Amino acid sequence: MSHRVAIIGTGSIGIDLMYKTIKSKKLDLSFVVGRRNDSPGIQEANTNGITTSSEGIEFLEKHINDFDLVFDATSADAHIENDKILKKYNKFVIDLTPAKIGDLCVPVININSLQKSRNINLITCGGQASLPLAYAIKNSCEEIDYIEVISSISSDSAGIATRKNLDEYITTTEFALKKFTKSNSAKAILNINPAIPQVCMQTTLYAHCRKINSEALKKNISTIINMVKKYVPGYQLALEPIIESNKITLAVQVYGSGDYLPEHAGNLDIINSAAISIAEFRSITINEYNLTEKELV
Amino acid sequence: MKTRTVTISDCSLRDGNHAIKHQLSIDQISAYCEKADRAGLDIIEVGHGYGLGASSSAFGFAKVDDKTMLSIAREKCKHSKLGIHFVPGVGKHSELDMAIDIGVDIFRIASHCTESNITYKSIEYLKGQKKTVFGVLIMSHMADAQRLLKEASGMKAAGADGIVLMDSAGYSTPDMVSEKVSALVDNLGITIGYHAHNNLGLAVANSIEAVKAGASMIDATIKGFGAGSGNTQLEATVAVFERFGYKTNVKFKDLIDLSIHAENNIISRIPDIKAINIMTGMHGLFTGYGTYIQKISSDFNVDIFELCERLSARKLVASQEDIIIEEASKLSRNSIVD
Repeated sequence: MSHRVAIIGTGSIGIDLMYKTIKSKKLDLSFVVGRRNDSPGIQEANTNGITTSSEGIEFLEKHINDFDLVFDATSADAHIENDKILKKYNKFVIDLTPAKIGDLCVPVININSLQKSRNINLITCGGQASLPLAYAIKNSCEEIDYIEVISSISSDSAGIATRKNLDEYITTTEFALKKFTKSNSAKAILNINPAIPQVCMQTTLYAHCRKINSEALKKNISTIINMVKKYVPGYQLALEPIIESNKITLAVQVYGSGDYLPEHAGNLDIINSAAISIAEFRSITINEYNLTEKELV
Repeated sequence: MKTRTVTISDCSLRDGNHAIKHQLSIDQISAYCEKADRAGLDIIEVGHGYGLGASSSAFGFAKVDDKTMLSIAREKCKHSKLGIHFVPGVGKHSELDMAIDIGVDIFRIASHCTESNITYKSIEYLKGQKKTVFGVLIMSHMADAQRLLKEASGMKAAGADGIVLMDSAGYSTPDMVSEKVSALVDNLGITIGYHAHNNLGLAVANSIEAVKAGASMIDATIKGFGAGSGNTQLEATVAVFERFGYKTNVKFKDLIDLSIHAENNIISRIPDIKAINIMTGMHGLFTGYGTYIQKISSDFNVDIFELCERLSARKLVASQEDIIIEEASKLSRNSIVD
C-alpha cells in the first residue's frame, strides 16, 4: 500500500492536484509544500486544513516517513534538485514538469510496464493530449514517417512555469512523440491564446504514414478516446480523421473536470488526471487503465 | 528631428515567404541577398514566414531548410546584417544555436502582443551570448498602448535592445500607430520599430506615422512582397522618407535594380488588396490567413465570409491554421444538417 501523497509546488497545477487527491477514495493527502507562505496556493491548502510548508523539499526531507509518493508540480530545473533528495530515500515521485529524468508515461499506453518505476514523468500537457492518438495512429499504419502536434491553450491556463519552460515543453513533447510512435521525425508547437471567453484546449495531429488502414484507424481512435475518457471525461474528437493519400489530420478538444481550474483548461486537467490515475494504480495494483496491444486492431 | 536616420529592415525573404507558401529557392535567396546588400539595406531577414523552426504541416513545409537558407544569405550579406524571426513555442533553442553558429546578427524574438513573457528566456539566452535582440509584439492591434508598453517593458528588462510592433492583421490606422509607437518611444529609451501590413491600403502611411512618432526602424518588403495583401512597400517608403528629410542608408538606384530583379525572379503575384484581405483586416485576423482561408473554404465547400466571421468570433491569434480546418469542418457539417 502506498497512498499518502505529498504535493510540491503550489501553483494552479499543484492546487488542482490537491483537490483531486482529496476527492480520490484511494489517496490521502499529507502535505502541500511550496516556497512562499503568502502564495495563494498555500493559503488555499491551509483553508482546506492541509499541513503546508514554505520550506519545499527540505520540509519533505524532515518528514520523509510521513508520505509514500510525491507529485512534483514545480519546474524542470527544480525537479532535478528535488529528485536528488527523493532518490536518496527511494521515494516514488510522479513528475509533472518536463524534466524527463524519469520514465515517460501516458497511462493508456504504458502504465503496466512502469509498476516498479521510482520516478514517472508525465511529459507535457500537449503530450498527454496527443500521445494516445499518436499511438492509435501508429497501430493503424505500417510506419509513421513524421508526426506533428499543435496545441492551443488559453492564456490563463499557461502559468509562469509553462512560459519559462516553453523550450523544454517543445523538446520533451517531440522526444515522447518519437519514442511512442517510433517516428523518425516529430514536431510540436504550442500556441497561447488570450481570447475572452477563454478557448478550450485543442490539439491537432498531422501524421505522414505508410500504408494506412483506415478501418483500423477509425476503430483504434474510438477505442483510445474511450480509454482516456475514463480519467478525462471531457476528451473528445473535434475533427474526425481526414485521410489524404499518406497523410492523416485529426483534432481533439479537452474539457477539464473543473475541480479547481476552469473547464477550458483541459491541458492542465489532463496531466493532473493522468497523475492521479497513476497514483491510484500504484496504490492498488489492479490494472484498469492500461490498454493492451490486443485491444487495438 | 528631421535629420534622424531610419534603419530599414527588409523582411522580403521572410514575410514574402508567406505569399508563396514558403517556397523561396536557394537561387532566389542568394541573388536577392547579393543585390539587397549592394542596395544598402540595413537588415535582411530570411526564413520561413513564421520564422525559425516553423516548417510544418500546420504552417506549410518550406522548400529550403532553415540552415541552408541562413547559410546562403550569410554568404551574400557582406554589409547588411542578417536577421531571423523566432517565436518561442514554434522554434526551439537548438535552432537558435544553429543560427548563432551560422553567424546571424539580429535575433527578433516574437510573441502574441499580450504573451511576451514567453520570450524572456530566449531573450536572456541570446543576450548571454552578446547578440542583438529585438522583442517583437505580434498582432499589436489586439492590445491598447498601455498594455503594449507593459509587455515591451518586460522584454526590455529581459534584455531586448529594441521593440518592434507588428500590425499583423493590417487592421491599424495612422492614429492608432502614432499613439502606440509614442507610448513606447516616450517611455522605453530603446530602438522602436514598426511592421505594417497593407490590408486597408495604409502600410506606407502607417510606417511614416510610426517614424513621425519616434520609431527609428521600419520593416518593409520589396514591392510589398509579404503575407496577405503584403507589407510596407520598400521602394515607396524609402522615397517618402527622403521627401520628409529622414535619412536612410539605402542607395535608391540599386534599390530600383533590386525591385526589377525581384519582380522578374521572385514575386509571382504582385500583392494587391483583395476582398479577403479587407475581410481579414476588418476582422483583425492574421493577414497570412487570407490565402489559407480561401483554400480551406473551397476544400470544405463553405461560405468564405461566414468562415471569416466565425474565426473572428473565436479571436484567433497568428499561427492557428489548424483551427481554421476544424472550424471549416464544423461549418460544413452544420450546412449538411441544415
